[in-house]
Amino acid sequence: MAGTKEIRTKIASVKSTQKITKAMQMVATSKMRRAQDRMRLARPYADKIRTVIGNLSQANPDYRHPFMASREVNSVGIIIISTDRGLAGGLNANLFKQALLLMKEWQSKDIPITLSLMGSKGTAFFRRLGLPILSHVQGLGDKPHIAELIGPVKVMLDAYRDGKIDRLYLVHSQFVNTMTQKPNIVQLLPLEAQASSALQEHWDYIYEPSAGEILDGLLMRYIESQVYRGAVENVAAEMAARMVAMKAATDNAGKLIGELQLVYNKARQAAITTELAEIVGGAAAV
Amino acid sequence: MAKTINVDIVSAEGEIYSGPAEMVFVPAKEGELGIAPRHAPLLTLIKAGEVRVKTAEGEQSIFVSGGALEIQPNQVTIMADTAIRAKDLDEASALAAKQRAEEVLSGKIDKLEQAEALAELARAAAQLKLLERLRKIKG
Repeated sequence: MAGTKEIRTKIASVKSTQKITKAMQMVATSKMRRAQDRMRLARPYADKIRTVIGNLSQANPDYRHPFMASREVNSVGIIIISTDRGLAGGLNANLFKQALLLMKEWQSKDIPITLSLMGSKGTAFFRRLGLPILSHVQGLGDKPHIAELIGPVKVMLDAYRDGKIDRLYLVHSQFVNTMTQKPNIVQLLPLEAQASSALQEHWDYIYEPSAGEILDGLLMRYIESQVYRGAVENVAAEMAARMVAMKAATDNAGKLIGELQLVYNKARQAAITTELAEIVGGAAAV
Repeated sequence: MAKTINVDIVSAEGEIYSGPAEMVFVPAKEGELGIAPRHAPLLTLIKAGEVRVKTAEGEQSIFVSGGALEIQPNQVTIMADTAIRAKDLDEASALAAKQRAEEVLSGKIDKLEQAEALAELARAAAQLKLLERLRKIKG
């Protein structure tokens, strides 16, 4: 009966793993919902700022903020938002693949790249490349806060202002739906000015203190809100990916248990048969 | 019924207030502003303080950490910050982010090492598994 005991232990161990993956799946499901809520909550702010910036640039067609003026690209900055934890299927791997493609595209033109990394998975991966990392933050958790993003984003904005980078991208995982998450690349700077056709008649705001200063504050907040949205969406995508991965793991564990149970039953039966045969053989011999 | 102006207070992390008001008081950068319906279009930055929204039912006060204010004749929008902003504060957090980046580059962070070690372990385990399977096929 040596074989059966081993199989029994194995079944017990798979069962306890299954319990863990099942729990992780449920936790990820509820966290995903909350992250989706936060994504929705962030929308009105970004929309309002975009409208005001649109109005502003229309009222001052001759004033061009450096964030809105596109210039020749000599250097590129990329903000990469990844997860802090693993066990999320191929989420980070897919994201890094896209980020690497973007980098290759610029590197093939001999344009240097500067990185800003958010999340420890991306940090562990991209530091091997030996590219300059300008800012870094990790441990944002399930509820990223704008306050934690201000610093790292400011470093990149300052670099843009000083002309150290001429274009800024944001790479993060996009939450399409529960089953689909795909890498998303957004150009943050320079901003493509959208002319809203809704306001045609000529009017202007009263500015306190000056148009430039207000626009500067608004643009900075707009970029921050974009990055924040990226971070929140990344959390939603992480949770969705983890949910799917853990569901697959739970199902696989169930299948494995079924197979092991079959093997166990067969081994038990074989043992009984042998024992019976021995007894019968013994009785016949007497 | 008195004329009202629509007030929206939004922050990046969520909507704070939305509704009609008879008058709104906002701590603008250049001094406190009282906004009545049909105010001229105005754009300004606001500092940390109390926003008071006067409605027919009474007055409500909301704390904001700063942000921007847009006024249209029938619409007041406050884009509130969720964190207190000041030049030195922003500078300090930017500096901290830079420092962390340097630590990453020089490989000082323990947690990262741990993550890498775990990845290495997973790789080794996968290789072992493969070897075992190969042995089984051969044997």
